[in-house]
Amino acid sequence: MTKLESRRLCIHYGAKQALHGIDIAIATNEVLALIGPSGCGKSTFLRSLNRMNERIPGTWHEGQVLLDGKDIYGRDVDPTDVRRRVGMVFQRPNPFPTSISKNVAYGLEIHGTKSRSEIVGIVEKSLRAAALWDEVKDQLHKSALALSGGQQQRLCIARAIATEPEVLLMDEPASSLDPISTGKIEELVQELKASFTIVVVTHNLQQAARISDRTAFFLDGRLVEVGETKTIFTSPVDRRTEDYVTGRFG
Amino acid sequence: MTDRRALLEGAFRWAVTCAGFASAGAVLLILGFLVAESAGLFLSQAPGEPGYPVGSFLTETRWLPIKNPPVFGLVPLALGSIVVTAGALVIAVPLGLAAATFLAEVSPGWLREVLKPTIELLAAIPSVVIGFVGLSVVAPAVKSLFHTQSGLTALTGSIALAIMSIPTIVTIAEDALAAVPMSYRDASLALGANRWQTTWRVVVPAAAPGLLAAVILGAGRVLGETMAVLMVTGNAANITLDPRDSVRTITATIAQEMGETARGSDHYHALFALGAVLYLVTLATNGLASSFLERARRRMSGAR
Amino acid sequence: MTEIVAHTLLVLATVVVLVPLFFVLVLLFVRGAPLLGISFFTEPPRDMNKAGGIMPAAVGTLLLMAGTAAISLPVGVAAAIYLREYAPDNRATRLVRLAILNLAGVPSVVHGLFGLGIFVILLRFGSSLLASWCTLALLVLPTVITASEEALRAVPDSLREASEGLGATKRQTILRVVLPAALPGILTGAILAMGRAAGETAPILITGVAFFCPELPHGVFDQFMALSYHLYVVATQVPHVPPELPYATAAALIQIVLATSAVAVVARAHLRRRRLA
Repeated sequence: MTKLESRRLCIHYGAKQALHGIDIAIATNEVLALIGPSGCGKSTFLRSLNRMNERIPGTWHEGQVLLDGKDIYGRDVDPTDVRRRVGMVFQRPNPFPTSISKNVAYGLEIHGTKSRSEIVGIVEKSLRAAALWDEVKDQLHKSALALSGGQQQRLCIARAIATEPEVLLMDEPASSLDPISTGKIEELVQELKASFTIVVVTHNLQQAARISDRTAFFLDGRLVEVGETKTIFTSPVDRRTEDYVTGRFG
Repeated sequence: MTDRRALLEGAFRWAVTCAGFASAGAVLLILGFLVAESAGLFLSQAPGEPGYPVGSFLTETRWLPIKNPPVFGLVPLALGSIVVTAGALVIAVPLGLAAATFLAEVSPGWLREVLKPTIELLAAIPSVVIGFVGLSVVAPAVKSLFHTQSGLTALTGSIALAIMSIPTIVTIAEDALAAVPMSYRDASLALGANRWQTTWRVVVPAAAPGLLAAVILGAGRVLGETMAVLMVTGNAANITLDPRDSVRTITATIAQEMGETARGSDHYHALFALGAVLYLVTLATNGLASSFLERARRRMSGAR
Repeated sequence: MTEIVAHTLLVLATVVVLVPLFFVLVLLFVRGAPLLGISFFTEPPRDMNKAGGIMPAAVGTLLLMAGTAAISLPVGVAAAIYLREYAPDNRATRLVRLAILNLAGVPSVVHGLFGLGIFVILLRFGSSLLASWCTLALLVLPTVITASEEALRAVPDSLREASEGLGATKRQTILRVVLPAALPGILTGAILAMGRAAGETAPILITGVAFFCPELPHGVFDQFMALSYHLYVVATQVPHVPPELPYATAAALIQIVLATSAVAVVARAHLRRRRLA
């Protein structure tokens, strides 16, 4: 079942065109990795999936991004609704300067639909799902900034999944972390895929090979090739893909 | 988004936008208001009663509001303001620029971190306190040193205002000097110049627009000061260029006479006219200083 | 000129610049010392302002500080939010900033004239605490806006991103994340504004301060006394005043003003250091 799909998606920053006609379909509960050299547009594409690219003034698009068949850029669609259903984890952990529990509860509080007791329960559930609960359960009121980098990133993941989005976008989630934390994040992705559809941008090819079901290779703002991860890495169709995954450039 | 949400969103945006534009609009509102109230002096109030002629206001050399008919002359007051300001600048500009140069080019970093806030503290001393100190300490000194009748002279005012404007000059001039890129200094030193030569021949000329802006802003500050001059300049609307004479500034006149003036009378409107002149002059000096600061910024944004 | 001579002159100039600060402080506190006791602050003036204390003036100054902050803070912070979070990068915004900069340059006596015309007369507040509050609030508004904008600017954009990424609207992001993070800087601006309000004389002279009030103000439409004006009165309008009295009054005023400024300066330096760490 297709969860998220882009059709002929083009993204422009003013006069400059960053993405040219991207067509990708992402299935429910799959992990899709986006790879490619710096500046190829993979992060731009990721951000277009939850309309975060709109934060940059002068951005405009052509084409569509369909979530469960409905265009998220439709005229009657509110970006904040989209972001509730499509969550995001950023490259550098960015917890709010408040307590751990307040961080996780933030998404719930702004929508204002849950009661205090419900929120407490969801905070625990999210922290467990992010494999952080055991480490912080006795210090939920301590500042999030006191945690290590790896813990902060897992906190950001807990925060993102607390609102139960359907899709999780991750922009190089482990690139600023040490190897042990990176391993934990990768494990987490495998566990989370049971409940979410996940799209991960990574510049680490081994990581892409380890955690994803399918992989998409971007180059110069174009989608060169997308397919099963095993195929992309062992017998890619396009010559450029092969050059990239074998390390001849990028 | 729910309708309620959208409403809150829009209301919030509207509220902050209003605050922004209202704060900006205040400047225009003040100007408009001053001009409107000044007009009452010059326009005819009743048939058979012509308004006070603008030419007379601008050229008359006396300020006699209580005489019948009253005489409203800008000249003695403007001259008073100018003499006191000029005197203050003569004292404040060399001292201020020199101190700024010391802070920016000579003093070690830790000392600068201590001295800069200290000088800012000087700026915080209220005008009335400086006026009082001027009255109790500077005036007697001036009286004995220069053998004036009382110590309440333009000179006394200039000294008091110099103390008040030096922090402004130092702060802005120091910023201007610090903004000169390191590469200029490196180039000069590499050619064998010593630090003073580098400062005097390279850094200061490079920072010139910013330094000029500092002086202009200092002058603006001095022109607008009220209490200090009110207390120490003697309040005599004389026409004189001698700093040992008593003078009266535009600001002191407004502050002193407004309390005793009937609302809506010619005197009242005349004071507003003084305010309008003062305001226009400070707008001009601010504009001039801004353009120099802009020029300075443009100069610096090229090199690293 | 040789380097040594030049540098010596520069040092001398700096010393000369700093001398007045210490001179004023020492002068005021030494000559005012005989009177600076608790009773000076708690008793009202007696004998036509020739004796007694400064209590109503001190209370008046504190009231001025509080009211000015209460009016200027909401407007100033809102304007700063507009400038940092909503205003587009175009000519109109540049004009707004220019106008606010010019507002900062308006002489205090002109503020007084404006306050007289608008608040005292047009809006019929009369010569009152309220009129002076509004006048001073306008005077300190640029200070509040500048400090608040600096504080908002210091909040890292990654926090705004995180909040909007979670589906928060711009308003929610500002109210729940940005403002709380910017609070220390905003408070610094408020303290600076209050310090300035305490020291101003010309605006309140024209809009509401009184030579002598038999009682403390009951409501916002009453007149009031203030330390700054009281100093002016005691120094120039009252004959045969014991010499310590104006010094002590000035010392009291300076205590308030310098205390607020010092707190603000230290806070700002501390915040700047913390941000860079």
